[in-house]
Order: sequence, then structure tokens, then C-alpha cells
Amino acid sequence: MAEAEATAGASPVIEVRGLSYSFGERVALRDVSFTAGAGELLAVIGPNGAGKTTLLSILAGIRKPDAGTVRTPAGAVGWVPQQAALYRRLTVEENLRLFARLEGIEDVDAAVEEMLEQTGLADRRGDQVGTLSGGNQQRVNIAIGLLSRPAVLLLDEPSTGLDPRQRARLWEFVHGLAGGGTTVLYTTHHLGEVDRYGDRILVLADGEALFDGTAAELHRAAPESGAADFESAFVAFLRERGH
Amino acid sequence: MRWLLLKDLQILRRSPLIVGLLVAYPLVIGLLIGFALSGDDGKPRVAFVNEVPAGEGFDLGAGGQQFGAEQARAELCDRVECVDASSREEAERMVRDGEVLGALILPENLLDQLRSLTSLDPEPAKVDVYVNEDDPVKAQLVDDRIQALVTEANLILSERISKQAAEYIDLLIDGGTFQLPFLAQKLRILGLARAGVILEGVRRSLPVDSPARAALDQVIEFAHLAEDNLDFALPLLGAISAPIAVEKTDVSGTSTSLDSFAIAAAATFTLMFVTVLLVAGSLALEREENAFIRITRASVGRGGLLAEKITLGVIASLAVTLLMLIVMTPFGAVGWGRGHLIVLAILAGGAAFAAFGAAIGAAGRDVRASSLLAFMLSLPIALLSLVPSGTVSATLFEVLEVLRALFPFHPSLEAISSGLDAGAGSLWLRLLHLAALLAAYAALARAALRRFA
Ligand SMILES: Nc1ncnc2c1ncn2[C@@H]1O[C@H](COP(=O)(O)OP(=O)(O)OP(=O)(O)O)[C@@H](O)[C@H]1O
Ligand SMILES: [Mg+2]
Repeated sequence: MAEAEATAGASPVIEVRGLSYSFGERVALRDVSFTAGAGELLAVIGPNGAGKTTLLSILAGIRKPDAGTVRTPAGAVGWVPQQAALYRRLTVEENLRLFARLEGIEDVDAAVEEMLEQTGLADRRGDQVGTLSGGNQQRVNIAIGLLSRPAVLLLDEPSTGLDPRQRARLWEFVHGLAGGGTTVLYTTHHLGEVDRYGDRILVLADGEALFDGTAAELHRAAPESGAADFESAFVAFLRERGH
Repeated sequence: MRWLLLKDLQILRRSPLIVGLLVAYPLVIGLLIGFALSGDDGKPRVAFVNEVPAGEGFDLGAGGQQFGAEQARAELCDRVECVDASSREEAERMVRDGEVLGALILPENLLDQLRSLTSLDPEPAKVDVYVNEDDPVKAQLVDDRIQALVTEANLILSERISKQAAEYIDLLIDGGTFQLPFLAQKLRILGLARAGVILEGVRRSLPVDSPARAALDQVIEFAHLAEDNLDFALPLLGAISAPIAVEKTDVSGTSTSLDSFAIAAAATFTLMFVTVLLVAGSLALEREENAFIRITRASVGRGGLLAEKITLGVIASLAVTLLMLIVMTPFGAVGWGRGHLIVLAILAGGAAFAAFGAAIGAAGRDVRASSLLAFMLSLPIALLSLVPSGTVSATLFEVLEVLRALFPFHPSLEAISSGLDAGAGSLWLRLLHLAALLAAYAALARAALRRFA
């Protein structure tokens, strides 16, 4: 809550107003509005098919909204898609190098080395991505999104498939970025992560934004506020709202 | 874009199966076409059976020329590849087994029949032809060749016969000696010209009022008339021996030699398959590996990706098609004097095919669907583009012409033909056509990419 108050005065980095999006007949997002300031960590959580990925891909500029406005800093949005976007026949290093070049990073070598270091894949740099384990492929997928140092970082279920140690490293790194002023918007189904790091939370269900606040506030909003853990409180909250 | 291209070449290098195909395909096709062109002189194999007794011939007249089985064989073997058979039965078996396309049999009594043509009781001469009707196209081919042979033989015979008749007429006009067949005795023929001179002498010796003069005048007049008019008979006889002469004029203005056509067709097929499949597959792979969403966000964008795929297709098509043409060079069928034009044609064809492939890849979305779509679209259109005019109804051919103009195969085939062979018409119009197709398919691919992610 302290963070949210701190950024309330400054002009938001991300501003979403009345956003709607449909895949044909299927409504994926319905009148979603929120803002996020510099250095803020915003977790977007919700059931499968809630519209989280759709929201992030619109913020990433992949899709155009049907209605509403989306404002992000021009050309400075990093993105880690939910499904690994990698060339399986290229090595770890070649993938990093290629996307570093495509994103116009000045010191390609330094950026690649830093990411190899961060993901702990320096010793696998010469291996083709297709031969890596699922979690290691996800590490490369994240590393590519982190290559450029954008003002806004969108992470779609980045921790899925990572081992606990690597998850801890990831969140450490992400918090470091946020501390440096990067606005980070991420989705996850690991609610423990959300609770632990005390982020601001946006709850999406069936394309609608049901909640915008801290984990503690969500706990209080849940019907059985005595619920032992955050995950139970969240499930109760959704059930009460008919999801 | 440069990095994307290098990336694709690297991925290609790491796909041994595809690289193997890219190298093996043009090598094998090139060698096959090369051997086919050098090994086959384009003549069908026809069995020849001669039942005419050896040494017998048909006297063709005063020159002592004869027409016999040897001449017939020589004429036939000029047109087809002759395979000598010893009997009708053997020839029939060879046709049935497909060893030969057909058989020509000169029956025993052929020369008797030919001789009878100059007698008072002519009997038409006959030759026998066996074909295997299992294959109507082949049967037609043999029919045509043998029909042409017989027509030519008829022409030679009638020419010789009319020449002989002309000699008789000359004898009638100018006089001379004449050897009667079967008689040792030679006849002296007076000739109309000399008869006229003799008669005029007789007329002068008659008294002016002799009644015989009027009668003699009539005879002299007939002799002159006959002499003058029989002269006209000579060219007339010549005309009869060949009543209709064929004078062939090529009106299409372009003609490609069969060899360059075969090479151009093989090159275009190679170009088409390699380029369309590679580009369609490579573009679909971008989506399948999900990397597409990252690339469209990067500065290259969708347009840059499309340009990169077309460039990749052009590079691959140039490499593969040149490899194929180089393989065929030792067979003497490819002239590199026009090498720059060949390269130009391949570049233009490759670019148009690449754009076509990109449209397919963007529409097909995944690699398997794209490959299938590429095959299903390319092959029928290529085959339809090879349908020659005159073999289908005029309306259908017009439809085909419109259809083939909409796809890169036909203009590529013509452009490569023009590159290979100066006689195959202007290259520039075809390059323009291919450029238009490149633009159209690139626009189509660009539109399909909009809903790619
Ligand atoms: N390409 C697509 N075509 C059609 N419908 C789609 C497409 N992508 C998503 N949807 C639909 O849009 C809705 C939201 O999907 P989305 O992927 O945004 O959900 P999500 O919240 O990310 O779910 P998850 O937690 O499973 O990743 C779903 O109902 C889904 O079926
Ligand atoms: Mg999702």
C-alpha cells in the first residue's frame, strides 16, 4: 500500500482505461482499467482463461484493443511471453545474440554475458535450445525478455517450470529492476510469490477486473477472513464473486 | 533483417535432411535430365520386318533406280530408331511387350503390287503396321510417324513415275529410241517435231491445187498443236506428283528447342519446389516456434520478416537451380554465354515463387499445413502450365492461360527458356510479369501476416 501511495502523485507509466478485447464471439477482456507507476510491481492473477495473457499481449503491442485506451512508454516495453518464443535449432547464446541485435542493443556481447550469468546457463551456452529441459528453456525465454533494459517489463508466468532456487534468483533480479525504476507487470499462479513479496495485485476473472490492491487487502476482502493462507483466501474471494 | 537471414541459414545448416534434399534434388534431377537428353535422340523405337525376297527391287525408270526393301528401311530409320525383327511373330511380340512402340512390315508381294501400278490392272500396294493400343498416346505417335513415312514414299514413287511419263512425252515430241520391256529390239520413235518438219516438206512438194494439201494442213496443224501443248504437260505432271506441298511457317515467333525446354521445365520445377516449400515452411516455423511475436515487436517488424523470407527463398533458388544447370552442363545442353540472363531469370522466378510461398506460409500458419498447401497448389498449376495450346478446347485453353498467368510457374518457365535460348522470345516482358506477381503475392502475404499472431 505504501508503494501504491508513493506512485499516486507521479504520472503513471502504464495507463489502461476501459479496455475490451474479444476473439470473435469470446470476450477475453471487459472494460478493464488500471494504472501503474514507475518502479511498481503489479501481479495480475486470476483463473485460467481469465484474460491475463491477452492483457499483457495488448500492453506488448501485439494486439490492438477493441475498445478503450492503453498508454505505455513508446518502444520501451520488454516482454516475456507465456509460451517460449525461441529458435529451438539455435544455441542458447545464438538466441540471445539474435534478439539482442534485433532489439538494437548497443553492447550485444555484454548484454548476452550478463543474461547467461543471470540465468546460470553460461555452461550451456553452446547447446541448442531444443535440447534443453523445459525449465531451462523457460530461463532462456526470460533472459531474452530481460536483454534490453525497458521502462516497462511484462512477464507472463515467468516462474512456471523453474526450480525453487531459480525462482528465487528470478524474483531477486526482478525486484532489483523495480528498485531501479522499472515498472514490472507479471502474471503467476504461484500465489505464495505474490504474498511473499507484498506486491500490488490486480485480479482478473472472465475478462473483468475484480480487485486492485495489496495482498493484505485481498485477505481482508475474502469472506472467511480467518483463512490460514493467501491461496485459500483468494479461492474464497473468487467463489464469493461467482467464479 | 541481415541477422534474421543469417539465423535462417544457420537453422538450415543444422537441418541435415533439408540440406541433403536441397543438394540431392537438383543433382539427381540435373543428372536424369542430362542423361535423358544425351541418351535419347528423340526417336521412337519401331520394329522392321522385311518379307520381300532379297535383291528384288521396283524399277523406278530410265535412270535404272530401284526402290526396294533397303531403301524403305533407310527411309524408315531416318525417322525412327529401327529394330530389325526376323518375322511377323517376333515383331508382334516386341510390340506387345513394349520393347518397341510399333512395327512396320513390308509384305512379300509388296513389289508385285507396286509394279502393277504401272500396268493396266493396278492393285494398291499395302504395308502392315502393328501398334500397341494399350497406350493411345504412343499408338498415335507411331501412327503419325509411319503415316508420314508412307506419305513420303508415295510422293517419291509418284514423282519417279511421273518423271518416267515425262520421258515418254519427250520421246513423243522430240523422237529417239525406245527399249521395249521383255524384247531385245529397240524401236525408233520419230517424234512430233520431226514429223511436222517432214510433213511440211511433203506439202511443199505437192501441186498448189492438190486436194491433199488441205488434208495435210490439218495433220501439220495437229502436230504443232500437240508439240506445243505436250510441253505444258511436263510441269503439269510435276504438279500431280505433289499436288499439295507443305510450307511450314512459324507464326508464334518464338520457338524453344526441345532440349532447352526440357532443361527450363526441370529448372522451373526445382525452383518452384525448393523455393515455395522452403519459404512457406520457414515462415510457418516462425509462428510454430512462437518467435514471430518477438520479431514483430522488434524493429524489423512483419514487413522486414517478409522481406527476409523472400531473400532467403531467392538465395536458395539461385543456389539450387544453378547447381542443377551446372550438373547438366557436361551434357552440352546449357550454354553459359547467356549466363547473366539465366541468373536474371532465376532471380526473378525465385523472388515470385518466394512471395507465393510466403503467402502460403502466412495462410497455412503451421509447417505441416503450409507444406501440404504448397504441394496442393503448386503441382496442379505447374502441370496445367505445361498443357500445350491446341490439345484442349479453345475456351478451356483461354481459362488456362489466365490461370497460369496468375502463378509464377509459367512466366518463370518462359523466362528461364528465354535465358537459355535466344530463340525463346523476349526475357524482359517475362521479368516484368514476374515482378508484378512478386508484388501481388508479397501484398497477399503481408495481409495474411496481420492475423498471424
Ligand atoms: N488466439 C486465440 N483465439 C481465440 N480465443 C483465444 C485466443 N487466445 C485466448 N483466447 C481466449 O481468450 C480468453 C483469455 O485467454 P488468455 O490466454 O488471456 O487467458 P489467461 O488468463 O492467460 O489464462 P492462463 O492462466 O491459462 O494462461 C480465453 O477464454 C481463451 O480461450
Ligand atoms: Mg496466460
